[in-house]
Amino acid sequence: MAKSNKPIFWGLFAAGGTVTAFVTPALVLVTLFAAMRFNMDMFTYESIHAFAGWWLGKLIIFGVILVSLWHAAHRLRVTVHDFGVRADKQVAIIVYSLAGLGTLLTLVYLLRI
Amino acid sequence: MSSKPYVREVSKTTWFMSQPRYKRYMAREVTCIFIFAYTFLLIVALARLAEGQEAFEAFVQALGSPLGVLFNVVVLIATIYHSMSWFNVTPQAMPIQRGEEFVPGNIIVGAHYGAWAVVSLIILFWGM
Repeated sequence: MAKSNKPIFWGLFAAGGTVTAFVTPALVLVTLFAAMRFNMDMFTYESIHAFAGWWLGKLIIFGVILVSLWHAAHRLRVTVHDFGVRADKQVAIIVYSLAGLGTLLTLVYLLRI
Repeated sequence: MSSKPYVREVSKTTWFMSQPRYKRYMAREVTCIFIFAYTFLLIVALARLAEGQEAFEAFVQALGSPLGVLFNVVVLIATIYHSMSWFNVTPQAMPIQRGEEFVPGNIIVGAHYGAWAVVSLIILFWGM
């Protein structure tokens, strides 16, 4: 049987779609409230640093960013095709490289906290 | 009889404008651009967090600029649209069978909306 990398990308895509659907709107609300100085006790350095310094917090942050990136990258690849760009290979290389870079950076920053 | 095949000219770039359901499909697909961009914003936040308190607070300050607020608002609308479109198709994406019958679609969708509300409240309280 021919081997395919499809299940891996498809799995990340499905997990990412579900995670972003549940989590992202509320996350954006938090950063929006923080940006608007809605509540000065919100999204403070101390609280976020404490969460990101906790091993489970690191794992949650890494998981959310990982699947969001790969979900969006996969979907972006399809969307670019839908807008009439017929260069799937190049597009795939660009979007998956960005997702890979983002994953790597997330890992590096999390380990520094 | 003509041997010439019937070929309809379909635009590669504006094909989705012809039908409302295609437009809705594209609207949902386009939300991924905002999710992608927002995820990189989160990565920048992590980078500033790793740099220290001063860098992180400068980042939050910059986020409060009109452009930062506008970006968050646009992303919020896009992600809510993505979530609703994602949950609305769950009965088709993962039908649940109980014996002979399938669980009605509105129960599956409703359960997802309920869970969404709980998760969102937890995140908001965590952020507070």
